[in-house]
Amino acid sequence: MTADGDMEMEEGAMSREEEKIVEEETLDPLFAQEVAREPGGEGIRACFACGTCTAGCPVRRFNEKFNPRRVIRMVLLGMRDEVLRDPFVWMCATCFTCQERCPQGVRISDLMRALKNMALRRGNLPEGIVVQSKLLSEKGTLYPLDEFDNKKRQKAGLPPLEQGEKSLAPLMEELLEALGPKDGKD
Amino acid sequence: MNKRYALFLGCTIPARARSYEMSVRALASRLGIELVDLDDFTCCGFPMAAAHYWVSQALAARNLTIAEKRGLDICTLCSSCTSSLTEASHFLEERPHEKREINQRLAKVGMEYRGPVKVKHFVRILWEEIGVEGLRENVVRPLKGLRLAAHYGCHFLKPSEVYGGFDSVEDPKVIDELIRVAGADPVDYSLKKQCCGGSVLVADERTALAIAADKLSELKALDVDAVVVVCPFCGVMFDSQQKKMEKTFEQTYEIPVLYLTQVLGLAMGMGEKELGFSMHAVKVKALLERLGEGGEAKG
Ligand code: SF4
Ligand code: SF4
Repeated sequence: MTADGDMEMEEGAMSREEEKIVEEETLDPLFAQEVAREPGGEGIRACFACGTCTAGCPVRRFNEKFNPRRVIRMVLLGMRDEVLRDPFVWMCATCFTCQERCPQGVRISDLMRALKNMALRRGNLPEGIVVQSKLLSEKGTLYPLDEFDNKKRQKAGLPPLEQGEKSLAPLMEELLEALGPKDGKD
Repeated sequence: MNKRYALFLGCTIPARARSYEMSVRALASRLGIELVDLDDFTCCGFPMAAAHYWVSQALAARNLTIAEKRGLDICTLCSSCTSSLTEASHFLEERPHEKREINQRLAKVGMEYRGPVKVKHFVRILWEEIGVEGLRENVVRPLKGLRLAAHYGCHFLKPSEVYGGFDSVEDPKVIDELIRVAGADPVDYSLKKQCCGGSVLVADERTALAIAADKLSELKALDVDAVVVVCPFCGVMFDSQQKKMEKTFEQTYEIPVLYLTQVLGLAMGMGEKELGFSMHAVKVKALLERLGEGGEAKG
């Protein structure tokens, strides 16, 4: 289905694909509430399914699996497992195109961030995040500079940068715990 | 006005976008903007937002606090750093409960943020504090005939609620106007506002490359001389990943990627060496030769 097709749908209507999933899953009526309590998730109930977000979403243009309007419907319907288990929430580019345009003031990019935060706590995350968190907690930067880098900087006429002493671990405890080894699943 | 800022480089620039940093420092010194390097700055927190909201806010606030201690506002170069630090600064003022949350966390590293600390992208400082006229006075070599496409990216202007009316999100003009100041022709195109795709790389590389390649295809058809960026993420995406896009989609783009500060530097007579063009993956040489820039730094 195209983005235009989505826009023509009636409020609350579901695509055939969504209906199929709904039948198969146990719905959790508390899921939307839980999302609304997460920082960034607050305004989700204001969505009236117009599809403006989906129409402008650059990720949606190239990957049908991702569709912000549909993600929001799924949350409101209580499809907790489908939303938090699938890697698709991680595809949002945080580009804010949707958030700037939503006629209902839904903070969609922030909401997608909230869903990523929730997915991570269930162990659903891209591997890159683990690597980045470790680097930041130990070095304070994603690209630690060594002597060789500072030589290159010097050659380019740039000042050397102090690196390596800036542990951010005390500020990242909560995240490192969430990423830590888990007993069993979830 | 005293133009003195703490320079916030972020993670990417010192390692992967040195030509951007070089051109910024050169412009700043030419235009009388004092950029102060502070050793204690770390990552802006943006990469952690997807993982843990409060952690990312705490990292952002830690950086704001470091500038606050020195009594300085912050000049950013990366658009994602800009949005991360600006959002933190904005929302910590607007939401007192978040400030309490964050200060509890900062206490663990012996810090407290009072705020507000202002955050401005270097290009915004050029636009608002030097101004079009002030810049034009410094142009000694207008880049006549060069057709340049502005790429605004996402976080230079968004989320607009924290940027206090800086340029229009749906009809932006700042980069186009500054291209004009350099004497070049800004090229209009339909995908001007589309994201570079960079932040999708971690989750889905093919989709990320497709988003970037989409824009390069349009720019190829329009026969532009270069795409002009204001963010190292976008710069790395279009420049370092361009070969990979060409392979993946069996296309040839060969579109040079320039930082806006390099474009202005060229127009102000700075040389190839000073502006770091040799570090770019897509060769800028042909373009420079057309300008008569042989590689020697002038005055
Ligand atoms: S989030 Fe906003 S733009 Fe998207 S469907 Fe709902 S109301 Fe429309
Ligand atoms: S912020 Fe995410 S959902 Fe919204 S338009 Fe951008 S990629 Fe799509």
